[in-house]
Amino acid sequence: MIKVGLPELGEGIEKATISYWYFQEGEKVAEKDDLVELATDKATFNLPSPAAGVVSQIFFHEGDTVNVGEILAMIDEG
Amino acid sequence: MRQPRALKVKVYDAGLLHYRESWCLQHRVFNQVWQQGLESALIICRHYPVVTLGRRASRENILLSDDQLRVQGIELHVVDRGGDVTYHGPGQLTVYPIFNLNLLRRDVHFFLRQLEEAAIDTLSDFNVRACRLPGLTGAWVDNQKIASIGIAVRHWITYHGLSINIQESDVDNFYLIRPCGMDIEVTALERKLREPIFIEDVKPRILEHFKKIFVLEYEDDLAADHQPRNRIRQQEVMG
Repeated sequence: MIKVGLPELGEGIEKATISYWYFQEGEKVAEKDDLVELATDKATFNLPSPAAGVVSQIFFHEGDTVNVGEILAMIDEG
Repeated sequence: MRQPRALKVKVYDAGLLHYRESWCLQHRVFNQVWQQGLESALIICRHYPVVTLGRRASRENILLSDDQLRVQGIELHVVDRGGDVTYHGPGQLTVYPIFNLNLLRRDVHFFLRQLEEAAIDTLSDFNVRACRLPGLTGAWVDNQKIASIGIAVRHWITYHGLSINIQESDVDNFYLIRPCGMDIEVTALERKLREPIFIEDVKPRILEHFKKIFVLEYEDDLAADHQPRNRIRQQEVMG
C-alpha cells in the first residue's frame, strides 16, 4: 500500500481544497496519472499518482480542505 | 557567487486570440514542455472579450445572463485555473508562462509573488506605482486592481498566468462581473497615466522583467528584436 499525502506546495501554503478526484475507489491508476486536483486561493495543482495500482481508499471528498502532510488516498500496488 | 543557469524559454507572440485559441495553444505548448523536451515557454497575447470562471468561481459573480453576454459579444469559459471570475479583453496583455518549476523552484506561492513582481516592475517603467495588497493576489494601484493572476500547475509545470490592464477601453467590462468574486474597483495603465498607451510599447517591458525576475534566456528574444505592431496587425487580419 502506498500513501498519497498532500505535498508541500510552497512556503506559507498550509492547506488546499480538493476540487476534483480523477479516479474513484476501486479504479486502476497508472503511475503519474493525474489523481486529484487541489485548489488554493489562486492556483490549482494536479497531484499525480506515485505508483500504478488500484485506488483502494480515498479519505477526503471534493470540497474538503486538507493540510499539508495529510493522507488523501491509498494506492494498492498488488 | 555562482549565478543560476538561465531557464531557456521559447516565446510565442500570439497576437489577438479567441479564448479557445489561446487555450489550445497553451495545451499544445504545455505538452511540448511536459513530454517533448522543450525546457519552458511563454505565451504573450491579447483576447477578444471573454469572461472566464476559475475553480473557485460562482456563476453569481457574473452579473449578466449567458444571452446578455452573447449579445455583447463576450464569450464565457469555465477553466481549470485557480481563482474566481475574471474578464479578458483586447486592451489587456496576458502572459501565460509555461514554466517547468522543477528547473526553477517548486514553490507555488513564490511563483505567484514573482508574477506580481513582473506586473509591478512593468508598470513602474511607465511611472505607475503598483503594489501588493495583503492576502489579495494581484497588483493594485490606489486600491484598484490593475493586474490579475490565476494559475494551474501540473507535473510542476505552470500554465494560465497574468493579465495586466493596459488600455482604458476594457475597464468598463469588468463591471459586468464581480472580479475575483469581490466588490473591487479596476483600473488600467492608460487611466492612471491619462494618455494613450500602445500595447506594443508595454510588451517588451513585460518580457524584459520576466527575464530578470525568473532568470530566463529567450530562444526568440523579442525584447531585443521586436517587430510587434506588424505581428498584431497580421493576427487581426487573420482573426
